[in-house]
Amino acid sequence: MIEIKNLNYIYHPGSPYEKYALRDINLQIRKGEFIGLIGHTGSGKSTFVQHLNGLMKPTLGTVNVSGISTTDADAAKRGLRQKVGLVFQYPEHQLFEETVAKDIAFGPQNLGLSEEETEVRVREAMDMVGLSFEKLHDRSPFELSGGQKRRVAIAGVLAMKPEVLILDEPTAGLDPRGRDEILDEISALYESQGITIILVSHSMEDIARLATRILVLDKGQVVMDGDAREIYREEEALNAIGLDIPDITKAMKQVAEKTGWDIPPNVLTVQEAVDVYLRERKNHA
Amino acid sequence: MDPIIQIEHLDYMYEGAPEGKKALDDLSIEVYPGEFVAVLGHNGSGKSTLAKLLNGLILPTNGEIRIAGMNTKDEERLWDIRRTCGMVFQNPDNQIIATVVEEDIAFGPENLGVPMPELKERVDRALAIVEMEEYRKHAPHLLSGGQKQRIAIAGILAMDPQVVIMDEPTAMLDPQGREEIIGTIATLNRTEKKTVLLITHYMDEVVEADRVIVLEEGRIALQGTPREVFSRVEEMKRLGLDVPQATEMAWELARQGIDLQADILTVEELVAQL
Repeated sequence: MIEIKNLNYIYHPGSPYEKYALRDINLQIRKGEFIGLIGHTGSGKSTFVQHLNGLMKPTLGTVNVSGISTTDADAAKRGLRQKVGLVFQYPEHQLFEETVAKDIAFGPQNLGLSEEETEVRVREAMDMVGLSFEKLHDRSPFELSGGQKRRVAIAGVLAMKPEVLILDEPTAGLDPRGRDEILDEISALYESQGITIILVSHSMEDIARLATRILVLDKGQVVMDGDAREIYREEEALNAIGLDIPDITKAMKQVAEKTGWDIPPNVLTVQEAVDVYLRERKNHA
Repeated sequence: MDPIIQIEHLDYMYEGAPEGKKALDDLSIEVYPGEFVAVLGHNGSGKSTLAKLLNGLILPTNGEIRIAGMNTKDEERLWDIRRTCGMVFQNPDNQIIATVVEEDIAFGPENLGVPMPELKERVDRALAIVEMEEYRKHAPHLLSGGQKQRIAIAGILAMDPQVVIMDEPTAMLDPQGREEIIGTIATLNRTEKKTVLLITHYMDEVVEADRVIVLEEGRIALQGTPREVFSRVEEMKRLGLDVPQATEMAWELARQGIDLQADILTVEELVAQL
């Protein structure tokens, strides 16, 4: 559904200040994948995702979304931005309307939808992020809590019915409860809507929990591409680019070295660690 | 020893809040000189309200707050209170004013009337504590989030406060920036002997604290050493807070009948027991 060929993005090309923000990226993202995108600050994550909906254009190479090249002159007209919804970091900073419903309706209205259809979209979008239309549609978005504001902003993108939803650090600054709620909603959305999701995150734990495929960026290049189990066995390689594996993965690797038991090098969750440990303990009793 | 922060039966109600809805409810806390106290709680638990009350940005509805014996209600002492208690906030971009790092750090003490050459000494020292000496001539806006926040902390240190209060200082930083700030906090407390009150919702920042106070609906829900607090895994989860994965695993194994010490905090401690 997304095909990226030889993507390069270069700041100040041809000048002494030339700098590659993205370098030689080749990959395909299939419909229904849940991609976790991780990398150090400055690794090119935000630059990369902005190429997927045409906000940024490649210096070299191409990005194709369902047959639309982002460099086509009529890409916007053919609905590129609607197909690929991008939720920026701290999206609540972009709320601007008087009421929650109006803010979420802004996108669908610009698509030229009727008032009825727009309201249906607003209700659906609020439902998807766990906000009550009845209770909140008439409230000012600025009176809401931080977590609620962020949901309103995400609903605004969902109301466009994107085929691909990109979320750039959707849990930044939220407390653990707020973080879990948002991640659960994203996960439910993925399960129920069949939407393709790209989640940019610093949290190895969150990515391990949700993503079906992980892309690791470093210095503008995709240095790893695989599922969580493949990626998290590469502790040294991840450390070398400033990333760390989850504590529980680390602990179980050390237990394996210490005991010699048959413990996989890529245990991802506490529950899994408990199960593996109890099983092995019984086997060696 | 007298407490440097003394909070007595503190209530705070926001204007327009529903009747009886208190942001802080009969809260009493004492912090002693040199302590590192962490206040943990999810959004809406009252922790940021507490920060604003501590340096007199807002005043108690009921009860008293004394900083080094000075009551925050005593308007004449407000500037002394703010000199005693430096505040670091969430967003470093909102705390930096000058276009050169060393000028930004000098801003506070200069306004206090600190003369040369002491002013320069203070700036040098503050830069050294946060390990940013080599950036003294840099433009703050070109620094990373963690570096900017360290500059903000240096600006507070240059005013030589006894207490440093930090309100979610890492919420907007990436993992590396967070680690930098955790290191800076440890230096402030252990080497510089500053009293530190850290308000946060990240559990990994409080494992080094002397004492953790967990707030819920404006009241103290749990209090103790990090080890004591985190070993109460069920309560912490009910309060919507995280516990370290190593602690959670030990707790789960203990629950399943494995004989091990459950109040562990780190990966090393966990591995040692398995």
